[in-house]
Amino acid sequence: MKEDFKKRTVISPEGKPIEIDPLKDYFSDAKPKVYKPAHPIIEKFANWARANSLWVLGFGTGCGAIEMRPLMTPRFDAYRYGIQWRPTPRQASVFVVSGYLSVKTLKRVVRTYEQMQNPKFVIALGSCTINGGMYWDSYNTINRLDHYMPVDVYIAGCMPRPESLLAGFDKLKTIITEGRGEGANTYAEKFDWYKANQKKVIKDWDMPDYNW
Amino acid sequence: MEFKNIGYALLTIFIVLNYGLILQGVVRKIGARVGRRYGIRWYQPYIDIIKNYAKRSTITHGVMFYIAPVFRLTGGIGLLLFMPVIFGSDIFGNFSFAGDLVLVLYFQFFGILGMALGAAESGHPYSAIGVSRGLSQVTSFELPLTLGVIAIAMQYQTLNITEIVAAQQGGFMNWTIITNPFAAIAMLIAFLGAMGRSPFDVVLAPQEIPIGPPTEFQSGLLGVLQLNRAIFPAAKLILFMNLLFGGATNWAELILKTFLIYMWPVFVGTVFPRFRVDQSVRWFLTVPLIIGIIAIILI
Repeated sequence: MKEDFKKRTVISPEGKPIEIDPLKDYFSDAKPKVYKPAHPIIEKFANWARANSLWVLGFGTGCGAIEMRPLMTPRFDAYRYGIQWRPTPRQASVFVVSGYLSVKTLKRVVRTYEQMQNPKFVIALGSCTINGGMYWDSYNTINRLDHYMPVDVYIAGCMPRPESLLAGFDKLKTIITEGRGEGANTYAEKFDWYKANQKKVIKDWDMPDYNW
Repeated sequence: MEFKNIGYALLTIFIVLNYGLILQGVVRKIGARVGRRYGIRWYQPYIDIIKNYAKRSTITHGVMFYIAPVFRLTGGIGLLLFMPVIFGSDIFGNFSFAGDLVLVLYFQFFGILGMALGAAESGHPYSAIGVSRGLSQVTSFELPLTLGVIAIAMQYQTLNITEIVAAQQGGFMNWTIITNPFAAIAMLIAFLGAMGRSPFDVVLAPQEIPIGPPTEFQSGLLGVLQLNRAIFPAAKLILFMNLLFGGATNWAELILKTFLIYMWPVFVGTVFPRFRVDQSVRWFLTVPLIIGIIAIILI
């Protein structure tokens, strides 16, 4: 564990000693909650809105990030499908993990995923997220993203073209409107299993178990 | 004050909110077409707001974090309700009173102050940077804006927006932009900063401090901010229409005039890239400030 995260005592401006436990004080350590869907009629309407307003947080880990940029350009123009880019996990609803994940990156991906608000969806881009792809026997990358967070849509290919990305978004829209996009609840239900998997590969675990 | 006035005020808010949302969508669509894209659907802002309210979980950083979006929305609604939206109309005259011009100037500043408190509590560094940038930019464009407003108040010898609009009736030759061009130019340049579009989008600054102050706001809290993002620009457009372009006597005139006024920051925004914050502050304190002082001297 890093020095900054260790428990320590500091002297306040008034001269009183204060106990500081960074992992408890700076972060919440509450477990994720399962949020039950609302009444079917309301939920159907909400799902329509969720499907037609996909705010994407792109996590460009590898070569995959290159394939996301063209979607903003006039040639592919994803905006017409209600897909918009959002730079902060708090406001985004779709998390696009593009490409291989080294163990070091996985830590950041987990933290980012946990900071997103409840109906959240994950698109895994490229073969590396399915079975490791060309990195399957690498000493430092994970093979299946599915073991560390619930994935809604996989887009296979090395690398998939922007058209396949658009097809993937279309698939995600169908999943959401049908009410099957409950990844956030799955994560909360199987929280212990996901955490155990994450801790198995991430050796220097210096963060709270859940970063809301 | 009668109770029906409350109903009329709510009606004004409802119409202006919808107008603001549609305006937002249409302007983004125009921007996309300029870039040879098909662009978002014109009703996309509605879907975004519904989606944000439909989020199931919300996290908070404290009391001020909750209050900040409310402050921001109060700034927008206050600006809207203390000036005549439709001149000469009983229903849309709103709560215009003898000194409303001063109050309206204050409401321009009100929202960002509330946002400063809330964004500071969220603890995100980008929020703090965005707020400090916003406050310095608002302070710098307030100077030419206020000089222009004082020039107009001296010209018409009143601080009442209804009377200012009444004095401009009877053809476009009576509009302030013709009768008092220096004040109008100073205010229109300050208006570029007030709308926060490029080159003066140092607060939200995409690609730099990605979205600035609202970085940590999510779900319903972001929904409130989005409502304000529709009402506030529309209210500012109506204010400038009232002060410089003779106000509006019906909704069609209002929509035409405010849309054309909105095209001024939009065109400037498509042509110029973003200023750095120091450049923007310095720029507001040179040319527009001098024009504002000339306007005061000539009156």
